[in-house]
Amino acid sequence: MRVALMATCLGDTMFPDVAKATVTVLERLGVDVDFPEAQTCCGQPMINTGYLDEAEPVVRVYHRAFADHDAVVLPSGSCAGSVRHQHEIVARRSGDAGLVATVERQAHRAYELSEFLVDVLGVTDVGASFPHTVAYHPTCHSLRMLGVGDRPRRLLEAVRGLELVDLPGERECCGFGGTFALKNAEVSSAMGQDKADSVIASEAEVLVAGDSSCLMQIGGVLSRQRVGVRTMHLAQVLAAQEESA
Amino acid sequence: MSADAPTFLGMPPFPEAAHEALGNEQLRHNLRRATGTIRDKRAQVIGELDDWEGLRTRAALIKDTALHDLDRHLVELEEQLVARGVTVHWARTAEEACMIVGDIAQSHDVDEVVKVKSMATQEIELNEALQARGIAAWETDLAELIVQLGHDLPSHILVPAIHRNRTEIRDIFRAEMGQVGRAAPEDLTDDPAQLAEASRLHLREKFLRARMAVSGANFAVAETGTLVVVESEGNGRMCLTLPEVLVSVVGIEKVVPTWDDLDVFLQLLPRSSTGERMNPYTSTWSGVTEGDGPQECHVVLLDNGRTRALADEVGRQALRCIRCSACLNICPVYERTGGHAYGSVYPGPIGAILNPLLKGVGHDEQVDSLPFASSLCGACYEVCPVKIDIPTVLVDLRAQVVDAHREDRRPHAEAAAMRAGAWAMGSSRRMALGQRASGLAGAVLGRVSRRANASGRQVLGWLPSPGSAWTRTRDLPVPPTESFRRWWKRTR
Repeated sequence: MRVALMATCLGDTMFPDVAKATVTVLERLGVDVDFPEAQTCCGQPMINTGYLDEAEPVVRVYHRAFADHDAVVLPSGSCAGSVRHQHEIVARRSGDAGLVATVERQAHRAYELSEFLVDVLGVTDVGASFPHTVAYHPTCHSLRMLGVGDRPRRLLEAVRGLELVDLPGERECCGFGGTFALKNAEVSSAMGQDKADSVIASEAEVLVAGDSSCLMQIGGVLSRQRVGVRTMHLAQVLAAQEESA
Repeated sequence: MSADAPTFLGMPPFPEAAHEALGNEQLRHNLRRATGTIRDKRAQVIGELDDWEGLRTRAALIKDTALHDLDRHLVELEEQLVARGVTVHWARTAEEACMIVGDIAQSHDVDEVVKVKSMATQEIELNEALQARGIAAWETDLAELIVQLGHDLPSHILVPAIHRNRTEIRDIFRAEMGQVGRAAPEDLTDDPAQLAEASRLHLREKFLRARMAVSGANFAVAETGTLVVVESEGNGRMCLTLPEVLVSVVGIEKVVPTWDDLDVFLQLLPRSSTGERMNPYTSTWSGVTEGDGPQECHVVLLDNGRTRALADEVGRQALRCIRCSACLNICPVYERTGGHAYGSVYPGPIGAILNPLLKGVGHDEQVDSLPFASSLCGACYEVCPVKIDIPTVLVDLRAQVVDAHREDRRPHAEAAAMRAGAWAMGSSRRMALGQRASGLAGAVLGRVSRRANASGRQVLGWLPSPGSAWTRTRDLPVPPTESFRRWWKRTR
């Protein structure tokens, strides 16, 4: 099976440690990871802002870059969701039957990280150790668009030393929402504030989620208020092999 | 009723309207408590059913099938209604519908009507139209009464006065009831039982006096020409049975072919709206029954944009809506802004799609702002009893808004940014160049930044516009000096 990493534009540019951690986890499990350098972005920023024509070349780039792979692993529920559920919209609008066929063929090969680990590799214990108190925020798109269910939680529960605590109101959106964060900045901030408050109430040392974008939102609020809670991507926790103190 | 009844006309776009609401701590507190309570009740009664998902799927299918053959069902409905002594009117627009109702009232020489809570009549602003013809329209649903007496606007589909707490309600009752009928007792407190009693006495006078009632309908069963009103307070039952003349304004999408179909919705609606297994009052009537109830019945079948919505391939599913409000109660945006920010009697997630679908996009900044009033979290879709995929419709409407403005003379900064972004992401070489630039910026900013987050990463606390929209409340990590792409190339 040929497995590719889609680093995502945000991961590649702003959070390279998340992509590196994804590679670490996959390689530890014996996966030969490819990083097709032709990749850029899934097109979601344009699609969700209504710029479907603009998204089309980006969607084409995605499907060219990953044409030869059996599985594409994305450390993002939101980007995986876009590939699986939104590329088709862009392709249909383009009127290009070839692109529609390509998208239909390839969309289901996109896996969010926890899906790939649990469903494809059949693993929940990835050999990580992380002796910290952790709260997990299920991001909206992994929860509702992909339906990853308890996969991330099962992965976290198998991490040695990790104590998973409840996050009050965990299913509620953090308020990021892509360009929503800028177009409706005040509502987005109010939602982010409430999410940060529940992170604080959880008394976790580390907040974990499967999307760097949501972590940027929650972490941005926590950092602004100088709350000493770290935010980490699921991949980073699964890559960790920290000895307990 | 009063000359200063406000209107949603001229409301600013959503972000601006939300600004005011977000500053109102009391409103947010009221909303959180109220929506939270209904949400929990809903979850509980839905958990009791064996196959909620199956019921949702059936409901969506019934509505889709009915909408697919809407012309046929509407004609059948009309035939059945007429056969049972009802006069059927067709209204293309709000103005036509208001004119029809006003003419009926005038033909009976009435100067007042009592009203059953109805979204369709709110939508067409019937009360204002009747008032302009010297006819007072009295709302008899408790929450609608609070809104009307308070010279206020509804902010929720099911509980239109959700933004009010009971102290405010007491003050409104004390100040206003006496102006339009039986006054509230001098010593009225904010005790819910006392408030209910005051409104009961105030309304009873109107129920017993009114000669004409106006209602909507939750459903219209085509096979028997039956209208259905689902309610909690019994005020609807009073209006539907006491006056001589009954006029019902019914959106054309309310038709369900058979009573078997109705059965599905009567299970879904109360559970989704008030969190009850069954609502206290379900009234059904099929035309005129001699010597019993209204002796003259009219039905106004209302389009007002519904055929426009029906023509929208993605958006037409919004016409499945049974106005339960489950999407409002779960929506994190609605919970923080309340309903007024949406500038319509249909607020929340359903309003964010229904208003643009009914009115069309591209000609009103306020309407165009609504599809963007969502983080696309999808919670609304999850709770919708008729499975309206609101996030997908929102994204489609966003595209319609963008497309409608593609030929605008004044170039839009966002469009330019999106084009630039798409250009950069259209090739990995260009993206890598962009990353080199952000890496260099990161190297400089990393030295300038005096602050680090809990992980020890340097952060920015200030950016110029439009980045300031982010940094006003949130830090942003300084871009790393090396992208993943470069790291991969360097190390592999």
